[in-house]
Amino acid sequence: MRGVRRERSGRGPLPGFGLSTGVTVFTLGLVVLLPLAAVALQASALSPRKAWEIVASPRALASYRLSFGAAAAAAALNTPLGVLVAWVLARYRFPGRALFDALVDLPFALPTAVSGIALLAVYARTGWVGRWLAPLGIQTAFSPLGVVIALTFIGLPFVVRAVQPVLEDADLAVEEAAAVLGATRGQTFARVLLPTVAPSALTGFAMAFARGLGEYGSVVFVSGNMPMRTEITPLLIVTRLEQYDYAGATAIAVVMLLASFGLLLAIHRLQAWTRLRAGIA
Amino acid sequence: MTIQVRGVSKSFGAQPVLREVHLSVPEGELVALLGPSGCGKTTLLRILAGLEVPDSGEVSHGGRALLDRGARERNVGLVFQHYALFRHMTVGENVAFPLRVRKRPRAEVEARVRELVGLVQLEGLAGRYPHQLSGGQRQRVALARALATRPEVLLLDEPFGALDARVRQELRRWLRRLHDELHVTSVFVTHDQEEAFEVADRVVLMNAGRVEQEGTPAQVFEEPASPFVMRFLGAVNVFRGHVDGGRAWVGDLEFSAPALAERSPAHVFVRPHDLELSSAPLPGSFPARVERVTVLGASVRVELRAPGYGERLEAELDLPRSHALALRPGDGIHVSPRRVRVFPGHDLEPDSLTASAL
Amino acid sequence: MKAAELVEAGPPAPPPPALALAPGARARFRRAEEDPPWARRTLIGAALLFLAVFLLLPAAAVLGEAFRGGLWAWAQAVTEPEARAAIRLTLLVAAIAVPLNTAFGLAAAWSVTRFRYPGKSLLLALIDLPFGVSPVIAGMSVVLLFGARGLLGPWLQAHGLKVVFAVPGIVLATVFVTFPYVARELIPFMQAQGTEEEEAALVMGASGWQILRRVTLPNVRWSLLYGIILCNARAMGEFGAVSVVSGHIRGLTDTIPLHVEILYSEYAFRAAFAVASLLFLLALLTLAAKRALRWSQRRERRPGGEA
Repeated sequence: MRGVRRERSGRGPLPGFGLSTGVTVFTLGLVVLLPLAAVALQASALSPRKAWEIVASPRALASYRLSFGAAAAAAALNTPLGVLVAWVLARYRFPGRALFDALVDLPFALPTAVSGIALLAVYARTGWVGRWLAPLGIQTAFSPLGVVIALTFIGLPFVVRAVQPVLEDADLAVEEAAAVLGATRGQTFARVLLPTVAPSALTGFAMAFARGLGEYGSVVFVSGNMPMRTEITPLLIVTRLEQYDYAGATAIAVVMLLASFGLLLAIHRLQAWTRLRAGIA
Repeated sequence: MTIQVRGVSKSFGAQPVLREVHLSVPEGELVALLGPSGCGKTTLLRILAGLEVPDSGEVSHGGRALLDRGARERNVGLVFQHYALFRHMTVGENVAFPLRVRKRPRAEVEARVRELVGLVQLEGLAGRYPHQLSGGQRQRVALARALATRPEVLLLDEPFGALDARVRQELRRWLRRLHDELHVTSVFVTHDQEEAFEVADRVVLMNAGRVEQEGTPAQVFEEPASPFVMRFLGAVNVFRGHVDGGRAWVGDLEFSAPALAERSPAHVFVRPHDLELSSAPLPGSFPARVERVTVLGASVRVELRAPGYGERLEAELDLPRSHALALRPGDGIHVSPRRVRVFPGHDLEPDSLTASAL
Repeated sequence: MKAAELVEAGPPAPPPPALALAPGARARFRRAEEDPPWARRTLIGAALLFLAVFLLLPAAAVLGEAFRGGLWAWAQAVTEPEARAAIRLTLLVAAIAVPLNTAFGLAAAWSVTRFRYPGKSLLLALIDLPFGVSPVIAGMSVVLLFGARGLLGPWLQAHGLKVVFAVPGIVLATVFVTFPYVARELIPFMQAQGTEEEEAALVMGASGWQILRRVTLPNVRWSLLYGIILCNARAMGEFGAVSVVSGHIRGLTDTIPLHVEILYSEYAFRAAFAVASLLFLLALLTLAAKRALRWSQRRERRPGGEA
């Protein structure tokens, strides 16, 4: 057996470091870095002026407004409602609880195309809900509202699943202490529980937002894809690709990537901050 | 086939954990590494097992360098504090594992497993899973598993730390008897002084990565080499004084301190049971006031205040003596230190083990 | 207080009923018994209303529309040749992507949770990357690399190989999108488990593969299985990335989700929903599997187990 003394000292005694790390790094390079490098390369082929023209065109700007706005609205809607659902699932017993608990993951497990046509079936003019809303003048499908609804569906599990474990693991003794010290249930909730779940709710919001930004399948059916009105940014990219305008597609993709990376970073930071606070709490 | 550790040092990042550790474990003996959390004893054990590699130093067993071999080749038995039993294998499969990975023939494996399960007195439980056993039973399985390949060295990392007090007591005695039967060279890590004393032939006291003292339990208790050792091994009263020319002074009291000739400040350490209490003054005594009397069972702890000597002193008496003195809080009493240990030096490291704080 | 005083004060008052623990009641529900019933019912009602509107309604719509024409029409839509081709392609893509990503997930989890080295957080961020990138961009990057006007386009054409608008492109796009799923399930779990059992096995003389096979895999099987199921669900259901890459050549480069889109765009609503219901069933199976796996995992841990 070759000398094992100093070389491996820092890493740990278990075998397989070379193989596992090698495979990991190699595959990451191939599957993740290579495609992104292609995007970066293509993007760098554009002159800054041309890139700006594409990225700041009215159509692109309209799509950013829609994508970011709808994603933010959907995530914002999901946050308080998601906390509510998490609370109810974590704390109360009622018939069908297990079923609903399982169903919360449905948007996560359901292919986006199926979500897309399902939402259309519900919210189109002739749809299950749409037909009641149409006479009221509320248009859901083929409007920004439809996009928000679709993204709410998509983002639903994120907040719930982020907050639920925190509520389930919460130390009941803390709540009891608050009650013994004289707090009403409402005060206990507002002053003791809410601060505990706030970080994870925030993380859930960020994750729902990030997911909503990039969402394609479930939105393109419901939105109607009218340029300047209900065209989401990913669709803009697809359109350009179909026209072989690789440069244009890449430019807009870079905008999206920057937003995604920024969000991912924020989420990582939030999760670290949550862990820190949970450790203190 | 002694285990020799020479000059072993290790740091984790910027944090030094072991500093120039020297010790030897004679063949067939059970040596306890005793010390507070963070003193490096577990790291040293893991170095012996091959799970950590020292930054410098040598480790040999029977003259052969141990560090050239990885954990897999050393054939040591290792028992973890939290058992580390394979949760998806039965007791029998756990014990058989070291033999199976060495591809021993099935008949041999079965016979050896039977033998070991009998040795640790778990006959009939070989088909159970770890989660179906009690903590004490699990640790015995871990021990049987560690002994399966007849290792030359047995390493135990706080093996009874996760068990409750009574089980711990039973297993301690049982382990000692097992060792007397098998005589495997063993190293045992613990932070519990009583446990080390009960189980081990020799005790190695460690503190902050260094070996403070090595010896039999009686040796380290009666002749502690440093204030750390004295305080770690039990409650102690500390008096501040000075030494000069082979004698030590605390207030009006004088003690002999033959090894210390130079004049310097010093601390005089006295165990609670070495403080004699009397109603009348005796030569070499000082007056004190009783603060509290606590019956601990077979012995009685008396907390005292003696202005000029100590604010919180502790004496220990047996019940008969305590009855004879009939002490009440507030009473005056006279205290004579009988056996003392003198250590030169200015400051003591802050340490919660001290019975009194001056 | 002397003993006599305590006795005279009488026995302590019984604890208020709300705090008394009913035998067998799980601690976390104890708290909720204290909320006034009206509050409880309102909250439950509000939550269920939200879930019903946003979850149940679309789910019911899929099933309702799929079977509106009756079972026979459904069966026809699902078995006609182009649908079958789409099913075959979907299965093929999953059969390639899932094992690849599982092997990667195991390697990554082993590397990250069993060793100490710098740069791990960068590695973890990179593994999570496909998760945060829009699927359209994933497909786009495949096109940029392998498309007719892409970086490797000329080389591929010279060799008569087609990646984009062909099956290999779909496989690549799917692999990218489903890349992190297995790793993401394994890593936190293996992190939490700790390395003691593996170290024990090492000291007992086991080789790396023996440790993996006999100690690690049995311990992580539920997380691994769940990761594989999630990976599979995403591989079969991916739409955005595959849509960009496939070229929508019916019968050749259509997966089930793409086929659904084509049917819908041709106003063959019934057929579209029928095919979509297959994926819906897959989603339900995934959810059921998650439930079963979590239950098994919890059952293993409960009787005072090592975890």
